[in-house]
Amino acid sequence: MTAIDPSTLAADVPVHRTKRPDWLGVALALALGVVVVIPLLVVAIWAFAEVWRYPSLLPQEFGFRFWEATLARPDVWNAMSLSLRLSVTVTLLSALICLPAAYAFARLDFPGRNVLFLSFLTSHAFPKFGLLVAIAGIFLNLGLISTFWGVVLIQLVGTLMMMIWIPVAAFQNVDRAMEEAARDAGAGPIRVFWSVSLPQAAPTIFAAVLLSFVGTFYETEGAWLIGAPEIRTMPVLMITYINNQIVVQYGAVLSVLLWVPSFIALMFTRRLVGSGSFAKGFGV
Amino acid sequence: MAQLTLKNLGKSFDDTDVIRDLSLDVADGELVCLLGPSGSGKSTVLRMVGGFETPNRGAILIDGEDHTRVPPEKRPTGMVFQSHALWSHMSVAGNVAFGLKLRGLPKAQIRQKVQEALALVGLKGYGERRVWQLSGGQQQRVAIARALVLEPKILLLDEPFASLDQHLRERLREELRDIQRRLGITTLFVTHGQDEALALADRIVVLRGGEIEQVASPDRMYRGPQTRFVAGFIGSMNFLPCDMRGGVSDHPLFAVRAAVPDGPVELAIRPEALTLCPARGTGMRVHLVTDYGTHLLVDVDLPDGGRLKAMCPPSARYETGQEVAPEASHVALFRGDAKLAEVTLERRVAVHV
Ligand SMILES: Nc1ncnc2c1ncn2[C@@H]1O[C@H](COP(=O)(O)OP(=O)(O)O)[C@@H](O)[C@H]1O
Ligand SMILES: [Mg+2]
Repeated sequence: MTAIDPSTLAADVPVHRTKRPDWLGVALALALGVVVVIPLLVVAIWAFAEVWRYPSLLPQEFGFRFWEATLARPDVWNAMSLSLRLSVTVTLLSALICLPAAYAFARLDFPGRNVLFLSFLTSHAFPKFGLLVAIAGIFLNLGLISTFWGVVLIQLVGTLMMMIWIPVAAFQNVDRAMEEAARDAGAGPIRVFWSVSLPQAAPTIFAAVLLSFVGTFYETEGAWLIGAPEIRTMPVLMITYINNQIVVQYGAVLSVLLWVPSFIALMFTRRLVGSGSFAKGFGV
Repeated sequence: MAQLTLKNLGKSFDDTDVIRDLSLDVADGELVCLLGPSGSGKSTVLRMVGGFETPNRGAILIDGEDHTRVPPEKRPTGMVFQSHALWSHMSVAGNVAFGLKLRGLPKAQIRQKVQEALALVGLKGYGERRVWQLSGGQQQRVAIARALVLEPKILLLDEPFASLDQHLRERLREELRDIQRRLGITTLFVTHGQDEALALADRIVVLRGGEIEQVASPDRMYRGPQTRFVAGFIGSMNFLPCDMRGGVSDHPLFAVRAAVPDGPVELAIRPEALTLCPARGTGMRVHLVTDYGTHLLVDVDLPDGGRLKAMCPPSARYETGQEVAPEASHVALFRGDAKLAEVTLERRVAVHV
């Protein structure tokens, strides 16, 4: 090769994103933080308050009395473990069914594609409770009422939209040329899905999985209607608690316990993908 | 090594013919450029060879074997995409190694081949980088390495340098030419830039509306365009409409003798085939002089409202508004799209004063 032209070298350097604080972004983050964090903080303080009377900004007495009372109850532990098992099962099943389906919607052109896609969305366009009652009627005949798998099924329906719609968008955003390049290198269609499409769409799909997991954990209508009386999840238990006694602290303790899956999910996601690409999944 | 034959290829999208009836032979080790305006079907041809589109008619043969319906993963072709299409979730080495891993090669051999391929494109030691840490030119080099490491029989490139700036494009073009020669790999290169085609190709195929307009070496394509379209598409060309009467053109400037039936024609003259002499009373005035360093490009206004471009030596001096007289050394005659004749003219020594 001939002498190197410095101007070419200058032009052909990697682009580094400049990092300047974006003040509007900082302000927005702060505002959001206030709206989200303050109510959570109040609940958290309540959970550890033994005496908290009106004009005081902080409780007069802190303590673990209500925690001990709550954690001593076996039904709380049962509900927690049941809720976690339910959410994990539903999310895994949902991913297993929805991700290949989402890929098919995004990439394949088959007859009835649009009708099928719309049908997923319309299940969410109607008042959910009526639909649930109708399904409950069917489940009653099938003997699924008040069983683990009955609740799994009903909650699975609830995750469909999230686990189809978001991943479809994610797969559609994957550069087709990347998939073609993988075919070119010798990968069959399934290998392309595993090695290119899925990893490329991963940050967004993690976001969808996380939202489904948390959404399933907190789902009450289906869990209550199909699960009662045998299957009692955490949120269902909390509603019973709140209905039976008006001691704020019991509700607060259960609320804080309910955050557990959110934290687990967040930690899990942060470890799987860098926080940067995780934010990208949400379109940030 | 490998020979590529396209036989009567036809392809339609939604009932519109994109490729009509295209036949082409690419010899072993030859670099053929598919050149044409955007939408002329270049990518479609390339993608059919790569297996990403299935032709509606015709056949694709590689070394005489029919590959028309073989899926891309089973074809002995390697493709380089315009968007580089590197997998951003893998390292540079991961990208190059992907195809080798699929073939189940032993790890040590993969590592060695990846290193060789990266060295070939001048990226020795870049294996552990992330794709997005590289510049545009480096990314395209990785894409070339990724295609070459699998030792394809046919290398396919779809406007690989189109998104790079001029300097870099020329440098990568030269490097690619070097590599292609050294490996002797049969190559099909798509571009819409005539300079790129002229610089790279052993042969150029000009496509227009899904049909081959002309196939020729860069030299023949430039100096002997067979159609009006090619004459206008490759390089710059002055077209002067006039009539032929009794074997002579009736253009006031260029009375060209040619054995051509009477009727309307266009005289086609390259800027470098024109000489401008200072003159008086010709009514032709210099409109603009552009200095390119290596030459001057002079725009001349004609009395009939037309304009000529002439290429002049950098030592010449022309003023805007100065009267000149152009002389042509080589003229081609077109009627409609077809070439009727080519005429080399005697230089008149006399200078109009
Ligand atoms: N997948 C496709 N579906 C429909 N039309 C297409 C498709 N691919 C290409 N075309 C059409 O075929 C024509 C040729 O396209 P292409 O081969 O990409 O041209 P070029 O690469 O020369 O710019 C264009 O008119 C384009 O709109
Ligand atoms: Mg193209």
